This record gives sequence, C-alpha cells and structure tokens, in this order.
Amino acid sequence: MSNYPLLSLAIWIPIVAGFIVLLTGGDRNAPLARMLALFGAVAGFLVTIPLWAGFDVAQGGMQFVELHGWIPRFNINYHLGVDGISMLFVILNAFITIIVVVAGWEVIQNKVAQYMAAFLIMSGLMNGIFSSLDGILFYVFFEASLIPLYLIIGVWGGANRVYAAFKFFLYTLFGSLLFLVAQMYLFFQSGGSFSILDWHKLPIDLVPQIWIFLAFLIAFAVKVPMWPVHTWLPDAHVEAPTGGSIVLAAIGLKLGAYGFLRFSLPIAPDASHELSGLVIALSLIAVVYIGFVALVQADMKKLVAYSSIAHMGFVTLGFFMFSALAIEGALVQMISHGFVSGAMFFCIGVMYDRMHSRQIADYGGVVNTMPKFAALFMLFSMANAGLPATSGFVGEFMVILAAVKFNFWVAVLAATSLILGAAYSLWMYKRVIFGDVANKHVADLTDINGREFAILGVLALCTLWMGLYPQPFTEVMHASVNDLLRHVAVSKIQ
Amino acid sequence: MFDNFVIPDFLPAAPEIFLATMAMAILMIDLFVKDNRRTATFVLTQLTLIGCAAIQIYTSSGEITYTFSNMFVDDMMSDLLKLFVYMTMIVVLFYSRTYLLDRPNMNKGEYYVLALFATLGMMVMISANNFVTIYVGLELLSLSLYAMVAMNRDSLASTEAAMKYFVLGALASGMLLYGMSMIYGATGTLEITELAETLYNGESNKMVLIFGLVFLVSGLAFKLGVVPFHMWIPDVYHGAPTPVTLLIGSAPKLAAFAIVMRLLVSGLITLAQDWQGMLIILSVLSMAIGNLAAIAQTNLKRMLAYSAISHMGFMLLGIVTGVVGGDARYALNAYSSSMFYVIAYVLMTTGAFGMILLMSRAGFEAENLDDYKGLNKRSPWFAGIMLMIMFSMAGVPFFIGFFAKFSVLQAVVAADYLWLAIVAVLFSLIGAFYYLRVVKLMYFDVPEDETPISASMNMRILISANGLAVAALGLFPQVIMSLCAYALLRSL
Repeated sequence: MSNYPLLSLAIWIPIVAGFIVLLTGGDRNAPLARMLALFGAVAGFLVTIPLWAGFDVAQGGMQFVELHGWIPRFNINYHLGVDGISMLFVILNAFITIIVVVAGWEVIQNKVAQYMAAFLIMSGLMNGIFSSLDGILFYVFFEASLIPLYLIIGVWGGANRVYAAFKFFLYTLFGSLLFLVAQMYLFFQSGGSFSILDWHKLPIDLVPQIWIFLAFLIAFAVKVPMWPVHTWLPDAHVEAPTGGSIVLAAIGLKLGAYGFLRFSLPIAPDASHELSGLVIALSLIAVVYIGFVALVQADMKKLVAYSSIAHMGFVTLGFFMFSALAIEGALVQMISHGFVSGAMFFCIGVMYDRMHSRQIADYGGVVNTMPKFAALFMLFSMANAGLPATSGFVGEFMVILAAVKFNFWVAVLAATSLILGAAYSLWMYKRVIFGDVANKHVADLTDINGREFAILGVLALCTLWMGLYPQPFTEVMHASVNDLLRHVAVSKIQ
Repeated sequence: MFDNFVIPDFLPAAPEIFLATMAMAILMIDLFVKDNRRTATFVLTQLTLIGCAAIQIYTSSGEITYTFSNMFVDDMMSDLLKLFVYMTMIVVLFYSRTYLLDRPNMNKGEYYVLALFATLGMMVMISANNFVTIYVGLELLSLSLYAMVAMNRDSLASTEAAMKYFVLGALASGMLLYGMSMIYGATGTLEITELAETLYNGESNKMVLIFGLVFLVSGLAFKLGVVPFHMWIPDVYHGAPTPVTLLIGSAPKLAAFAIVMRLLVSGLITLAQDWQGMLIILSVLSMAIGNLAAIAQTNLKRMLAYSAISHMGFMLLGIVTGVVGGDARYALNAYSSSMFYVIAYVLMTTGAFGMILLMSRAGFEAENLDDYKGLNKRSPWFAGIMLMIMFSMAGVPFFIGFFAKFSVLQAVVAADYLWLAIVAVLFSLIGAFYYLRVVKLMYFDVPEDETPISASMNMRILISANGLAVAALGLFPQVIMSLCAYALLRSL
C-alpha cells in the first residue's frame, strides 16, 4: 500500500482538481464546476483512506514517508510523513472538504468555480501542513493556505467581510513571520537542517529554547486561537460564508494546536515545562472567560465562534499537562470539534440561507416548521455542550480526568467548561428552536432538503461513533503520543 | 607616441561593442523608417538585445577576465546579471509596445535607441572595474533615462518628473564622484581591484577614506533609491510614462546591485565594518518609510514606487550581513541571497508594471488603484496573474518573492543579526497590507468600468508567462538560487 505516494496524492489531487475547476470559467458552467469539485473532493478523500487502513498502530514514528530534495541550496526537502498525531487530521480534512463542497452546492450561485477551487486548493494545502516533516515545507503550506481563505472570506463573505479578511490575514501572518525567524535560527543551530525530526533531537540551551518557544507560541496561539490573540476569529467566522466557517473551525483551528505537538513540545521541551504554567493559564482563561463571553452573544455564529475558542482552550490545556491521557483527550477533542463545530456552523448556515439573519432574537419556535432540522441541531448542540455518548464528551472527560491528577484547581476550572458549554449551547438552542413561532418568517420556513439532511446525517453519525466507540481513534494515537511524551520528558539542555 | 599602446582584448566587451554599434545603426536606420508604427525599429531593437544575449552566452568563459587596462571586467556575475538585463529589457520593450502604439507622439525611434543606450549603460556599470567606468556607465544610463522620462512632451507631470530626476540624479552623481575622488586621494588608485589591495595593506589615511566612503554610499543610496535618498523615486515613478517607469523600476536595479557589489564588496571590503553600519540604517529606514508610505497611496505607480524603496532596503540586508566581525564565512551566502532578491524583485516588478500597461489604453492610464476594482469580474485570468504578483511581492509562498525574502533573512540570521531579521519581518507584515489591498480591490469590489481589456495577444501571453514564472520559480527556486551562488563563487 505504502508504495504509492499517498500523502502527495492527498495534497496534490485537490490542488490540481481546484485548478481544473477554475478552468471551467464563468457561472455558465457552474453545474460542471460543482461536479468536478465534488469529484476532486471525493477522490482526495478516497486516497486518504488507505492511510488509516494501512497504518501500523504499534509504531510511533513517521509512516508513509516521502523524501525528495527540493531546494538543495538550503537543504530544504520535500519530506512528508504522518504519525498517529497527524494522520487523522489528514483524513478529517479530506472528509470536511466533501462536506464543504456539498454545503455550497446550491447556496453559492456567484463565481461558483472560484469558490469550489478555493476550497479544494485550501484542502490540499492543509493536508500539506499536516504531513510536512520539513520546517520550510510546513511553513510554505501554512502561509499559502491563508490566500484561499482570505479570498473566501472577502469574496463570498458578509457585510463586514473586508475588515474580517484583512484582520484574519494580517494576524496570522504576524504570528507566522516570527515562527519563520525561529526556524532559521534552528537551521543554523542544527548545522544546516530544516528537518523537523532533526530539530527534535537538537540540544538547545534553556534561554534560546525559551525564545524559540515564545516565537512558536505566538504563531500557534494566533492560529488556535488562544486568549488574548483570539479576536480575529469571531470576525472571520461571522463574515465568512458557511463553507469558510466550517473549514476554519474544523481544520483551520487545528493547525495551531497541531503545531504545538509537532514543534513546541518536542523542539523546546524544557521551555515547554518551564512555561507550561503560562499556557495553562491562558487556556483556562479561554475556557472560563470566553465561555462567559459566548453566553452573552446575540449572533449565533459569534456564539459558536467563541465556543470554539473555549473548546480549543481545552485542547491546549490538555497538551501542557504532559500526560498521555491529557494529550489523547485533547486530540480526540480536536477531531470531535471538527465534526461538531462544522455541523454547528452548517446548521446556522441552513437557517441563515432561509432567513438571512443570524440573530438569535429573530428566531423562535423553529421546531414547529423544521422538525427534522431541530432534531439534528439538538444532537450537535448537545455534543457542543459535551453530553455523554457524543464525541464532545470523550475528549473533555479525558482532559478533565488528567487535570484532576495534575492539579485539583485546574480540574475545577476546566470542568466549568461542561457547565458553561451546556449553558450557552442549550440556551441558544432553546431560544432559537423552542417556544412559539416567533414571527411570519419563521412560520414560512421549510425543513431541510435531502442534501442538507445527508450532510447533517453523516456528521451526526461521526459524532455518535466517536462518542460511543472512540477506541479506533485513540488506538491510532497511542504509540505516537507515548513517543512524544518520552521525548519531552528528557531535557535537551547539555 | 603610441609605442606602448597595446591593442586591448575586445572579446570580453563584445556584447557592449555590438550593442553600441547596433544602437547607432538603428538611430540611422530609423530615419528611413516611414512606418508610423516603427515596426522595423522595434524588431531591430529586440534582435539587438537577443544578439547581445547570444554573444554573451557564446563568449562567456567562466573566468575572470580584465581588459582595457583593467578598467573592464568580465566574470560570471556580470554575465549572469547582463543576461537578466537583456531579458528584462526585451520584456520591457514588448510591454511598452501597445502603450506606445496607442500614443503615437511617444512612439519615436529615439525611444528604442535610448532604451538601448540605457542598456549599454547598465552593462558598463555591471562590468566596471574602475571608478571612471562606473561613472561613465551610470551617466549613460541616467542621461538616457532623463530623456525618456520627458518623452511625453505635452505632459506636465512627465516634464516635472524629468526635471526632478535630472536635478537629483546630477546631485547624486556629484556625491558619488566626490566620494570617488576622496578615495582616490587616500589610496592613489581608481581601479577597484588595486584599491582592495592597497586598503588591505593598510597604508591609507583612514579619515579621508571614511569621508569619501560616506559620499560614495550616499551616491549609491540615491541610485538604489533608499531612504533618506529616496525622494525622487515616487515622483519619477508617478510622473514618467508607464513604460518608462517600468524601465526605471526594473533592469537598472540589477545594475545598481552590481555597482554596490563592485564598489563596496570588491573594492572596499576592508572597510566593511564602516559601510555595513551605514547600510543597516539605510535599510531599516527604507523598509520603514517605504512600507508605511505605500499604505497611504491611491496611485498604483506611486504605491509600487514606495514598495520599490522597501524592497531595495530589504535587499541591502544581504549586503550588510556578508562579513561579520572580519569573518567572511557567510559572504557568498549573503551576497548571492541579495542577488537572488534583486532578480526576483525585477521579475515581480516587471509583471506589476506590465499589468498597468495591459490595463491601459489610449487616453486611460489605469494607474489609480480604483481602476483595478472588480478586475476579477472583468478578467479572472489577469486578476489571477496580478494576485500572484501581489502575493509574491508581499512575500507569501509559494511565490518567488517568499524565497527571495527567505534567502535574505537566512543570511541575516546566519550573521547573528536576529533583531534585524525581526525588524525586517515586522515591516514586511506592514507591507503585506497594501499588497492585500490591491487583491481586495480586484476581488472584493465591483468594477467601476466594464470596458474589456484591449491589449494585444503578444502582450497577454507575455504577461501571463511573467505571472506564471513568479509562481513556477516559487515552486522551484533552486535554479536561480544556485545560479546566483555559482556566479558569485566564480567572481569573488
């Protein structure tokens, strides 16, 4: 199986498909563009399945490795590979791409080819991020993926889209530029290597480690996003079209968190231990404070955006407790959040397409006119709140369990997430769905069609599967997470 | 009287001789061209440039050859830079063609001949090994450009720009000459290689040398257009007819890089400590003022002018980091990074001004940012090309601009100037804003006028190729990177 360059295919099939879709030109050929895009997305997803099927769970190292010279002048290689940490994200990303293409099927009527192409190209670039083992290759994918999302927000976004697009781009660029300088420093320290795996082994003194860690922290904290550099996310989410929000929440936010595991922890383990208090504090602020912020939002998309920040706070909290349970819990939470937040944004998109409003106050009694929708939306709201038997519960529970062992008060604060999550998710649900039919517009609503039902149904199945039987997900991560922890436990100071 | 006259070796200067001859021939031939379109002149000019490239490749030996009593040098660096100059000039003239045909009062034979003389000036600058040669080349280039800026006689803005360019350019030349004469006074030589030896042996008056160096660096800064000697750049870029702006903004940067290398690196490397300090200030100021001022512009040509200032500042970072505390280990790395940066920049800027020419038509200059509103609706293809060029200039991968920035930055980090690297990336973050704004105008806004683009097929193909090269060389930057490194390895 692994004789085929599966990762390269997973990266380049969507990108090439994206350019082919672009060639279909104007909106006259929109049906063709949609079909081609779906074909590209499905093909891109199919090639990622053997990654899971052929994955050796006993092995913690990199698998499906591809290594070719790219820029020998600086010893930059086209070096790909996945381990138990990154493999699932490649698949999640390819899967979400299909969802996004289908989600935009009827809703997007303007510049269809460009819309579909942007998502396909972004999907390929994001696969590149998750599978790069070369620092510069990672960086190149990391930054190039800003371009499609910038265009998606700016072209198909809402009223304030220009502001949101610029804010998104410049914020993320700011973080990643310092990351680039840190990479160059590592390049010279390691005697001329950009290989991430070489950097893992590189001994570094504490002070430079701390600087490197901080440079990484800025890059990834902006991307996650962590409090206090999170302010771009609600803007981006609110203005982005539904598809953009889904990708941003399901995949975009995972890039930063993934960066912590691939770069910060293994390259600067001593600094990670040294500064873990800082990250944990920021994470807890995200969980508690942002949880309260989410509670008072009047705009549904903003509410889910803030809830994403709170959930991602849980993830970073899990990473910096340095136990297998916590890291695996955080990873499960990341994947679960991919399904749940994607579904939440899609649900809001479904209502927005019909009502052209995201204000909670404009709704009420939707269950009377959209019963099927209300049932599915219920499931995802519950999952967002972390109800047992949904995927949202598994990750949070694992992290809280680990937190109890780590520090009682951290656990107490983290556990408030379950309460706050339930509060903002269910309160929103109650106000939007239950009660009497609020106005004439709600009375005119039509229930979801087959396409929308299919998307929500598939996502519901994923959510329940992960919630009821998370074993297949955790078993893949196990060896890699243990390797990582063993690595992080050893000091790099000489 | 001519007893000790040795016939010099003409071969290393064969392309220059060919070009000078052809330029004069074309000047004559043009008198007999009746065609208002000047097709014959245009074709001959292009053939001349192609011929030069052929001769350049054919006579390239890979060795360092001095001729004309060591006033002229032919090495790999000059070969490579000159080849890029020819290529750029060919593209520039192609881009100018439609614009000139739309404006018959500018489409004169002189335009082509002056462009050739400017090219000759650049070639002489690139191959100079003597202060006098540098000066002759520089003046040949500058005088041709002054005249070209004023080609559109009826335009007040052009005339003003030409005047400004001339006065400030003359001042800069004066500074350069003054600096050269000081250094001559201190060392007794005008020849760059001999200068390096004299300085190495350390028998000259340091006081006079540094004094001369300050003027020399100021003169160079004028020609490069870096802060605080940048005043002419926005006005000239803005006021000159677009094809002339394109010419000023592209190939001469290669020649300016060459004279910086010749004067500061080949000649005054022993004073590296001193001039590096000056260049750091120039570089940081350029990145700051260039990027900040560009944000305020509403005219695309002016915006690109400020962007040119910031790019030249960034390029200087590579020159600054060649020698660290007397340690020249990273010199090759640093200088070749700068060279790569200049080449990448010329490629991008040619594309950017090319787009302005593509969009313009008779009576419409397409130089305001608002003229690009909704370009994606009018022509998705060219909006895509412009998008690539803008992101490349902002230094976003996968485009060549990223690797240009990358290679200079790694040189800065290699030299342990971490703070300088951080300053540089922060200013490029600010710079990203105004490039993004161009993309915003093209993609997020609705068009104000829906006139279809009227440019010729040649132009469309060429500008597409230019844009795609920005992307393709971004995917595979190794070729040019190693060419630069190899050329400098064989020349330093």
